[in-house]
Amino acid sequence: MTITEKQEQLLEELDLFQDWTERYEYVISLGKKLPAMDESLHSEDRLIKGCQSQVWLDASAHDGKMRFLADSDSVITKGMIALFVRVLDGEKPDDVISADLSFIEKTGLKEHLAPTRANALTLMAAQMKKGALEASQL
Amino acid sequence: MSELNPYELREQFPILQQEINGKPLVYLDNAATSQKPLSVLDSSRNYYQQINSNIHRGVHRLSQAATAAHEAARGTIAQHLNARQPEEIIFTSGTTDSINLVASALGRSTLLKAGDEIIISGLEHHSNTVPWQMLCERLGTKLQIIPVLDDGTLDLDQYDQLLSERTKLVSVNHVSNAFGTVNDLHHICTQAKKFGALTLIDGAQSIPHFKVDLQEIDCDFYAFSGHKIYGPTGIGILYGRHALLCELPPWRGGGEMIKEVSFQKTTYNDPPFKFEAGTPNIEGGIALAAALDFVNDIGIEKIATHESLLITHLAQLLSDFPDLTLYGPPSRTGALSFNIKGIHHYDLGTLLDQMGFALRTGHHCCQPLMARFGISGTLRASFAAYNTIEEVEALGQALKKALMMLR
Repeated sequence: MTITEKQEQLLEELDLFQDWTERYEYVISLGKKLPAMDESLHSEDRLIKGCQSQVWLDASAHDGKMRFLADSDSVITKGMIALFVRVLDGEKPDDVISADLSFIEKTGLKEHLAPTRANALTLMAAQMKKGALEASQL
Repeated sequence: MSELNPYELREQFPILQQEINGKPLVYLDNAATSQKPLSVLDSSRNYYQQINSNIHRGVHRLSQAATAAHEAARGTIAQHLNARQPEEIIFTSGTTDSINLVASALGRSTLLKAGDEIIISGLEHHSNTVPWQMLCERLGTKLQIIPVLDDGTLDLDQYDQLLSERTKLVSVNHVSNAFGTVNDLHHICTQAKKFGALTLIDGAQSIPHFKVDLQEIDCDFYAFSGHKIYGPTGIGILYGRHALLCELPPWRGGGEMIKEVSFQKTTYNDPPFKFEAGTPNIEGGIALAAALDFVNDIGIEKIATHESLLITHLAQLLSDFPDLTLYGPPSRTGALSFNIKGIHHYDLGTLLDQMGFALRTGHHCCQPLMARFGISGTLRASFAAYNTIEEVEALGQALKKALMMLR
């Protein structure tokens, strides 16, 4: 499945929920299902400090595919991270770099990738691409 | 004295009639900024519609009318604060601007030198912290901090210890924006005076909630913002003791603040104009006076009683929630901050927003205070005259729903 197809599938899933409560509960549950990030990876160089919540991101490449591990102190942010990880994990660095992540605006969730805000999620999306860029230059 | 009727009052706030996500807006972020009543909105509009003109230098009718309205506003504000004279009232853009004015003017004066000390407290907003850090960096003065006790009040014994002949200024807030703590200004100002130190009070969170009498407080400077007391943004006040304002050098150069300009020597105007370079926020000052009229028409004591009822009710309601920590002492003003163990304040705030509740989450521009309590932030509900008991009850219900979703 391409990144675009994965995004479409995700939006279809979220569309099943008419009620905002269920939509948020679903996203929170996705966050809880994220592969655990070992505490030792909660290091300063992996920390993305948002205005409100904190995110830890570990980006690495294995056999030409990106592998993302992420965590947050906020369960909603973690759920949003899960959306990004699901779309970008296992993809080639070049595909991650060129991915259009505006699908997040269509989720009906409050979060936006606002360019001006110190939003942990915005910063994380940028960091995922940066990780892919570094991997592509290896 | 009849009680304040918030439902009647709400009719004067069109913004409160709207829905957020299909639910009635419950606005509990008043410590960040308050909403504006029709009388204030009318005042702004009338200014531009009827008398807009630059002040203090026109021979024509509109300029005279605008000057008269601007100076009448200064008078209203002086009276509201019980200042000795209108010349003690300087128009600024807000509390932050007021504090920066004092920091800058003091830095240029002979009143401060390297080795002197400035005392602030651990409860301060960044706007009453960073200007002093910047000044200390520049002058080599030392910043001393009054510690905060576990109940969110200041350690005044420690304060007494910090005071010395080296102390030249004590700058603290009247009410903490983060915890609602009301500081003992009588003690703070009296003790400072014994050492000949100047006092500056950040009144951003006190002015909207209770009567402030500057002659009784007897401080040297008092700062507040218009937008937190039903007035517009971009207008604020610095009160300064008149003799002191005469002594301090100006901070910004430009029009209005001069007596005479030549390339050889420029002489400065008298206070308050000495500190008001450039065209001021004329409409803002006039609308701020309208906001104070709005408050005085209701009666600030009535507002205080009503808000205290709301905040006490919320505190009581929250005490039934398991694992909930309330910050600050039991007698809070304006704001109530809390956290629930194992739940991020940002998550609670996000879900409450979905339900139409406007609360603030985060560090409230008080990172050192958050660090003192080992937290990254809190969820804060803050009140105004138009809030109701029903809104407090509804918040309790909404919190329960949010917690069910998050646990």
